[in-house]
Amino acid sequence: MTRDPSCEDCSRAQLFRAAAGRGLPPIEPGMPAPAGTGLTRRSLLWRAAGAALSVYGAGRLLPMSEALAQGPGPAGGRVLVQVYLEGGIDSVNLLAPTEDPTYRKLRPTLALPPGTGTPFGEDQRLRWHPSAEALAQLHGEGKLCVMPAVGYAHPDQSHFVSRHFYEVGALDANQRVGWIGRYLDRVGNPDNPLQGLSLDGSLAPALATARVPVASIDSPSGYGFWARDVWGDVESLMLEASAEIGAAHLGADAALRQAATGAVQAGRLRGQLAPFAPTESGDGPEKLPFTIPVAYPAGDGLDSFPAKLAGVAAMLAAGLPLHCISITAPGGYDTHSDQREVFDGDLKLTCDSLLAFQRDLEARGLADRVLVHVWSEFGRRAEDNGSGTDHGAAGLGLVLGARATGRMIGEFPGLDQLDPDGNLRATSDFRAVYASLLEQWLGHDAAAVLPDARSMPRPALVR
Amino acid sequence: VHADEQKSGWTRLQPLGTARDMPRPKPPRHRRRPPKLPVYRGAWGPVQAERLLWRAGFGPRRGDRERFAKLGLEGSVRALTHPPAERLRGPKPTVDGAPIAPGDAWGHDVLWWLDRMVRSNQPLTERLTLVFHDWFATSISGASARHLLAQNRTLRANCMGSFQTLTERITRDPAMLMWLNGTDNSKDSPNENYARELQELFTLGAGNGYTERDVRELARALTGWRNDWSDNTGAVNFRYDGSRHDGGTKTVYGRRGRYTWQDAVRLAIEHRSHPAFFVGKLWGYFIPTAPSRADVTALSSLYVRSGHKIRPVVEAILRHPAMHRGPRMVKPPIVYVAGLLRGAGKGVDTDAWAWATELAGQRPFAPPNVAGWDAGRWIDTATWRGRWICANHALEGRTLDPDPDKTKYPTTAAQSPAGAVDAALKLWGSPTVTAATRRELERFAKRCDQAADAEWKQGSYSILRHNALAMLIATSPDLHTC
Repeated sequence: MTRDPSCEDCSRAQLFRAAAGRGLPPIEPGMPAPAGTGLTRRSLLWRAAGAALSVYGAGRLLPMSEALAQGPGPAGGRVLVQVYLEGGIDSVNLLAPTEDPTYRKLRPTLALPPGTGTPFGEDQRLRWHPSAEALAQLHGEGKLCVMPAVGYAHPDQSHFVSRHFYEVGALDANQRVGWIGRYLDRVGNPDNPLQGLSLDGSLAPALATARVPVASIDSPSGYGFWARDVWGDVESLMLEASAEIGAAHLGADAALRQAATGAVQAGRLRGQLAPFAPTESGDGPEKLPFTIPVAYPAGDGLDSFPAKLAGVAAMLAAGLPLHCISITAPGGYDTHSDQREVFDGDLKLTCDSLLAFQRDLEARGLADRVLVHVWSEFGRRAEDNGSGTDHGAAGLGLVLGARATGRMIGEFPGLDQLDPDGNLRATSDFRAVYASLLEQWLGHDAAAVLPDARSMPRPALVR
Repeated sequence: VHADEQKSGWTRLQPLGTARDMPRPKPPRHRRRPPKLPVYRGAWGPVQAERLLWRAGFGPRRGDRERFAKLGLEGSVRALTHPPAERLRGPKPTVDGAPIAPGDAWGHDVLWWLDRMVRSNQPLTERLTLVFHDWFATSISGASARHLLAQNRTLRANCMGSFQTLTERITRDPAMLMWLNGTDNSKDSPNENYARELQELFTLGAGNGYTERDVRELARALTGWRNDWSDNTGAVNFRYDGSRHDGGTKTVYGRRGRYTWQDAVRLAIEHRSHPAFFVGKLWGYFIPTAPSRADVTALSSLYVRSGHKIRPVVEAILRHPAMHRGPRMVKPPIVYVAGLLRGAGKGVDTDAWAWATELAGQRPFAPPNVAGWDAGRWIDTATWRGRWICANHALEGRTLDPDPDKTKYPTTAAQSPAGAVDAALKLWGSPTVTAATRRELERFAKRCDQAADAEWKQGSYSILRHNALAMLIATSPDLHTC
């Protein structure tokens, strides 16, 4: 996707023009100091102009300083980041039984040669795919829990059904509120859309709530609003009126309410994210308004996966009230054909970015506050189809972080005991993983959120 | 009933864009006389015509509302389902003043189709093409623009005819053969991708009367397609090659035969679950509330009796009281965009639409996956901002220059808030807005008037106010819904 630089340019030009008459406002009390925030003083000053205008225009909407003053939020400021591998990743090649003759028999096209990749410390039969070397490293440091065959009984091989089950945390086709959404509805704040943040440009269904606001954005540094030939007082009044027109329809029918909620939440979010807009594009590429303490893999633009993760770390460092976050990893893992290409490129970018994110959090002293959960809707067929793999059943799950126990959850079931469809049998249940995340990380009773929690074990994910 | 069919417990997600809990009808063939379909008999005027034009097209162009108001419901539905020969009215699409190059230049595929949505005199045909693009969702991430444009013509040519014919054409369509690995599917290495989605998304619904074994057997029936590769143009020369087809006996839905790809389509269309799936899914594109059990039965019967024709079912849905009396619907983003341009009397003159529609959540030819777009959640904070950006682009060249020396416009003092709102509404073809929105717009206009606290401000503020009102109207909940 390309961006329209003129929009951002004009937007900033308007802000400057409007602010120029009054001089840049001083840093307000309650504003974060640049040290430790990742914001450079220059950009903080710069954005403070924008933030002040937003606050002016936002009326009763939540200004930046207030958002920061909300305190640590639920679960003592802990954050859960969910990373989705779209399409059903092939766990059998990610963590491959390279020495198993059955593996080579089932995968004449795709089998990794014996001896390929780093051995997996907890099961000598398995080796990491070379593209996932970053995961091998994290596992070696004791920061990665691996579920080699996570799933559920009577697996559904439809992307949309199985993904839906994972998103709502139940085998329930009619549930419309996500499992994280149900949790947020219980602990969330009525004024903080950032508590449930999707970074894919549209709302992650797992975060869909029934009551409290949640947000979706393309990237932390792209939530500006601009209107052609409108500025100054009138622009501020316009942005305020936009939210008020929305507020006037919150009691209307479902469609109007959806549009109205969009307007109201957009108003709130605009204020919260004002300090993160990119600065000084000029003729060169847009620059992020924060410094990044570690090197991330090169991504394509400000809305690439590594840039989004870097933005999350910077937002946390700046004290924004984030709580549950969802990001889709680069690439499509529905590898019916040409599977090698996806694994070589997209999987490597995904794993390397996750490692960089962990290092970033460690460098900022935030590692104890963040846990990452990686999931996919299913694994793939044990046998390859000559070019790729068709839909399977049990697949891969990961939990990553300084506070992760680093232990394997469930075992690798082996390729000699496949289910009648030729797929891996599940040795752990995704609902058990959710129950542990809720209780061990978010400190919330899982039974209040997950209908099946009582019948599920609680694997040790958090230390 | 197969054992594993029971295991799946009829689990199914509602088709996207369809209301929940749609009842399952009895198979229509067991009924002698199908129940009658209700027809809307209420008031008919410009407001009713406006909704119909949005639901069955891309909103009114100047004069459309009044014309359809005169036609009455029956005449309006007929005008939509039996359109005149196609004509594209208005200025041709350009980028930087030059003609577009769909299939070659980046994003021009989007412009090509958006232009048709804006200029076609066959709005329902264009809308149904969009419906079936969502139904048989194929993305440029897995097929070339050239093939997608050809698929688009196939959808348009068949959008009111036989659904079986349409499904056959799509099954052998090069873009679809690429997208769901149809040409990777051969007797030596069967690929289930298309067989699964053909049943789950296109004809039956997830788990709705078929099993995993049916998926595999249907995949065997669908073998035989192939293509070549060209260094210059990519996938070429799509054809059926009997030597790649699995000619053995297959068991599908408990029946046995040496089924081919045409049989695969026919078996799915003749499956007892298909009619209710078809009418329910189609209904969901036009009406946000669920059809009653009787409606599903009657529509299914109509569909089967017509020989699986799409047009009579669409006509019945457009005449239905739920279409005219029921709650509003969120407009799909591309409908919203095309409608803004139609209302403003503006053509496609920038390639910004290629990325702006993506930000709004619906870039044509780029659905998120084979299930199409999630119509249940069009608007969130990201897509709302995308719609804002689209409104901004629709206003390009239509805003007033804020320099009072260049623009003659009544000052804030000389123009009442109500007058200012009317002037801005006119920019979009004077759409109907709710009283609540009208009140807030006038309140905003008044505040701008008060903010113009010096004489020098009154001139420029009245112009800024006009431009801002245009944005507030275009992004109001009223304009996002119909």
